[in-house]
Amino acid sequence: MQVTMTVNDVEVTAEIEGRLLLVHFLRDTLSLTGTHWGCDTSNCGTCVVWLDGEPVKSCTVLAAMADGHAVRTVEGLARGAELDPIQEGFMQCHGLQCGFCTPGMMMTCRALLDKNPDPTDAEIREAISGQICRCTGYSTIVRSVRWASVHEAANK
Amino acid sequence: MTTVEEPKTTTFDDNDQKPVGFGRMLRKEDPRLLRGRGRFTDDVQLPGMLHLAILRSPFAHARVVSVDTSAAEAAPGVKAVVTGETLKGLGLAWMPTLSNDVQAVLATDKVRFQGQEVAFVVAEDRYAARDALELIDVEYEVLDPVIDVRQALAPDAPLIRDDLEGKADNHCFDWETGDADETEAVFARADVVVQQDIVYPRVHPAPMETCGAVADFDAVEGKLKLWSTTQAPHAHRTLYAIVAGLPEHKIQVIAPDIGGGFGNKVPIYPGYVCAIVGSIVTGKPVKWMEDRSENLISTGFARDYIMRGEIAATRDGKILGIRTNVLADHGAFNGTAAPVKYPAGFFGVFTGSYDIEAAYCKMTAVYTNKAPGGVAYACSFRITEAVYLVERIVDCLAAELDMDPAELRLKNFIQPDQFPYTTKTGWVYDSGNYEPTMRLAMDIAGYADLRREQEEKRARGELMGIGISFFTEAVGAGPRKNMDILGLGMADGCELRVHPTGKAVVRLSVKTQGQGHETTFAQIVAEEIGIPPADIEVVHGDTDQTPFGLGTYGSRSTPVSGAAAALVARKVRDKAQLIASAMLEVTVADLDWVKGSFQVKGDPAKAVTIQQIAMRAHGAGDLPEGVEGGLEAQICYNPSNLTYPHGAYICVVDIDPGTAQVKVRRFIAVDDCGTRINPMIIEGQIHGGLTDGVGMALMEMISFDEDGNCLGASLMDYLIPTALEVPDWETGYTVTPSPHHPIGAKGVGESATVGSPPAIVNAVVDALKPYGVRHADMPLTPSRVWDAMRGRATPPI
Amino acid sequence: MQVPAPFEYERATSVDQAIGLLERLGSSARLVAGGHSLLPMMKLRLANFDYLIDINPLHAELGYIRLTGDEVRIGALTRHRELLESDELAAAFPIFRDAERVIADPVVRNRGTLGGSLCQADPSEDLSAVCTTLDASCVIRGPGGSERVVTMEEFHVGPYETAVGDDEMLTEIRLPLRPGGGSAYEKVERRAGDWAVVSAGAAVWLTADGTIADARVGLAAVGPNTTGIPELSAALRGREPAEDLYEQAGAIAARSCDPATDQRGSADYKRHLADELTRRTLRTAVARARS
Repeated sequence: MQVTMTVNDVEVTAEIEGRLLLVHFLRDTLSLTGTHWGCDTSNCGTCVVWLDGEPVKSCTVLAAMADGHAVRTVEGLARGAELDPIQEGFMQCHGLQCGFCTPGMMMTCRALLDKNPDPTDAEIREAISGQICRCTGYSTIVRSVRWASVHEAANK
Repeated sequence: MTTVEEPKTTTFDDNDQKPVGFGRMLRKEDPRLLRGRGRFTDDVQLPGMLHLAILRSPFAHARVVSVDTSAAEAAPGVKAVVTGETLKGLGLAWMPTLSNDVQAVLATDKVRFQGQEVAFVVAEDRYAARDALELIDVEYEVLDPVIDVRQALAPDAPLIRDDLEGKADNHCFDWETGDADETEAVFARADVVVQQDIVYPRVHPAPMETCGAVADFDAVEGKLKLWSTTQAPHAHRTLYAIVAGLPEHKIQVIAPDIGGGFGNKVPIYPGYVCAIVGSIVTGKPVKWMEDRSENLISTGFARDYIMRGEIAATRDGKILGIRTNVLADHGAFNGTAAPVKYPAGFFGVFTGSYDIEAAYCKMTAVYTNKAPGGVAYACSFRITEAVYLVERIVDCLAAELDMDPAELRLKNFIQPDQFPYTTKTGWVYDSGNYEPTMRLAMDIAGYADLRREQEEKRARGELMGIGISFFTEAVGAGPRKNMDILGLGMADGCELRVHPTGKAVVRLSVKTQGQGHETTFAQIVAEEIGIPPADIEVVHGDTDQTPFGLGTYGSRSTPVSGAAAALVARKVRDKAQLIASAMLEVTVADLDWVKGSFQVKGDPAKAVTIQQIAMRAHGAGDLPEGVEGGLEAQICYNPSNLTYPHGAYICVVDIDPGTAQVKVRRFIAVDDCGTRINPMIIEGQIHGGLTDGVGMALMEMISFDEDGNCLGASLMDYLIPTALEVPDWETGYTVTPSPHHPIGAKGVGESATVGSPPAIVNAVVDALKPYGVRHADMPLTPSRVWDAMRGRATPPI
Repeated sequence: MQVPAPFEYERATSVDQAIGLLERLGSSARLVAGGHSLLPMMKLRLANFDYLIDINPLHAELGYIRLTGDEVRIGALTRHRELLESDELAAAFPIFRDAERVIADPVVRNRGTLGGSLCQADPSEDLSAVCTTLDASCVIRGPGGSERVVTMEEFHVGPYETAVGDDEMLTEIRLPLRPGGGSAYEKVERRAGDWAVVSAGAAVWLTADGTIADARVGLAAVGPNTTGIPELSAALRGREPAEDLYEQAGAIAARSCDPATDQRGSADYKRHLADELTRRTLRTAVARARS
């Protein structure tokens, strides 16, 4: 079947199998390998991307379901050379180590800040509670989001 | 010498201090990872690449009667189907494990654990490969499995390893350490002896990236290029040379970005070998990536020790001796990744941080019908088990003596003037100063206030617990004289090359899995040679580009390769000094090194920078006699001893008496890893390990039903903590440098994983004191805590 | 990574078109909404279908929360996040917000739907317990625009089995609104996002003088199906809310359920939780009914 969607603001069209998972469409068909996968059961959140602005687990969404919709991935976070504040926050506060869960974490945290520009630590923890990081122990991720929140507020 | 530092609150103002050397510095690896530009194994895409999927045994123990691959071979997109029989023809059906055992690559005779590799398919894409697995028809004759480790040596137990000549039982090895008679004598005269059975259940490192490989064999060149998830690329290359019979110089192992290792990516798994065979057979690049279930059911597990701990003491709390008996479950093949002379890893440090008179351990290891492994998951070669045993049993003693567990520990610490300290099991602790570390943790926690709060809460029927653990780690293996893996000495090389413009490249034998080597090693070199870290490229993870060494595990990167990096930089600096003396026309002795330049003594205006020296080393004109052009050096560092970091951890928990749910309210970690290179990275390493500790203490376990079906085969069943189960970590540090490490650093990667589980369990047991609970085994799920409250605590395995 | 076996993907354009497809394709077809239960099962090859009919495009038609005079009607495609965020729903039935806070995780809640949760009919599923507690009825649409309404008891035929036929679709849940109501939900889980070890929902309706006009308790993960406990409701009706009454109710809940020992906990512990959580949720529900 043929699907057409926008990925990071670019329209793409491809011939795919109905069963193709969105994560494989992004990684294998479009070579956008920044989105990772870590489980088969939608428990780890490594594969989170946006579908029409909402974070979803792309290992549990069919590429066909995204037909006609807008997808955004980690590759679509920065504006050219300029990192998104959430990316900058993760760097400043050591919110990543191996970097494998990081794209999914950042997509969720970016969406959180878009809805709630000044989240509490508890709200940040709740927002990322469907995503597993094996390296950081989460405190530095919480700090990273706070960093982005504070700096976005200061730059407004 | 120990220095004690209070923790500083994190501010946003000084995040990137850009030190030329040690200090907080943002990571060099982050920009690519933050933009989705990292390159992990599954990101490798090569022209014409095929995909490999592995068929695994549904049974824990069964004879393979026949394997019919005809339907799979005829399936669309399928390029090859390979069985154990095919591999047998190539002499590749079995491979050595890291513990001198053998393991089947693909089963020929029997399957010995659920999830064992039986056949593989290579197809045009991963969907077609997976589909074709359904078409392989395997006939099994199901055999009784050995699942209960306590029954493994029963006379009527089914024999698992009938592949080993003359093997008549499921015995794997016996091991002992310490002095049995001396320990018995000490126990005989002790006022108090406490005994406790303690289980450390089977857990799994479960890195977020599963294991995988892309093999690309060029038949014309005879060269194999292998991208793989390996923590030890050089050791793997040598092993592939041995297993596959390929000449070692024609094998290039590339460990690209790795999505967490924790020990899971130390062993060689059959899948890697299958990918190589797949590429040789098809003549195309072949990719194999495990799914999550495969990772959990077939790759290196950790722990699985059933321990009986005994501790002897005087009535006033002087610990005299510790004794333990261990039954170790090694699964179907002994796949332990530890120095070969240490079949129980470094479990011998079970005497902990205490000055005692005698110690003894007797261990029996057995085979069962479970996945192989044994050392993985940030354990520093079984020190997790050792620290858990001693810290749990010390708490049992405190309860018996009705003594405060902090006070009991303080009373028994090895004293600063006793270092280097040789333990009763023969380990030489390099340096330590335990009391300041312990006191700092107690200060940060507000220990006395916490105890008061606990008393008040108990009076109201609320359950609050305070748990302490104090650990001494042993990391940084070798020395090579007594530490090797399959004959490969545990030493590590390092090369440093300074380019004419004063930029440098340093090449390591170790490989980061997230620890930040690209930053830390640039800082080590910067500290020694004064070139800013931004100007130092760290190359690692590619055997064609880096010197030989044993890799990253057992917290050994900084203790071993970090020493190598410092020493190679000093070697370059020595040469730079010769060149500087010629440039400044003074003798070498007349020069002072002021980080980044040599100055003439007494005339600091007369100086040359390392960058100027580098240009001169490559430039026109003569160099001093005997000095070759260029500015580079190479060394191989063989550590003279392990390094021994230590730490004091305090955990505060609250338990809901109605539901028995445990909430970790606070966790205070004070670590001493000697000289601190990048405090930000150190803190990150500790936070991650503490989270592992919460996982193991409260939820993680790989268990099996009586048929040997793995009950933890997905992340729905194998639970890993989320942000909601862990507190905001509180850390502090002391600094006691290692006397034998060139920069005094001790390694920190696994300290928190090792040290935290007993603190959490001790806190839970402390909370349950009103119920008369003295011990409960991990994982302390609500159900298990509720059982303990009713006096029905049973071992999880 | 696991991948599902091949199937044909069909996209629904209307409820009746989707039912038409079901009618034509029979049991070889399955509706997929959020997909967070179905797709993992298909990836692990525990479930295989020749056709998946994607009903996400029907969200505009079936994603709603409407308060009528005497009931709340919720479209089957209403997503967990919408249920969580609806202040109207939380005001009418606070039990929904309690439950939605602990169902799966925020990202999954962006996709998962009420209808999908009920149709999965997992005995550990939280919204089934919520709907049971609230005495919900389920609207099932069939071929030719036919519609039938069943109770939750009728809806759940057995574990993973519902009254929805091969050519039918669950389209709406109806929750009766009665005066003096209060409700609450509590879940014990081993970790955030895990299925319940046990969870309990309670709803009470108080008369003007404060006695219990009616009360219902729904439990999850304590037996093959989530059902109301008539004996418990009978014991509470007409009584003054009090601690000893909650205790009595807890005891009834504990003896009315049939939990099994598994990885999440022992049968004894689960029975204890049925008791404990029944008492806790009744306590909260009464407090909310009074406020």
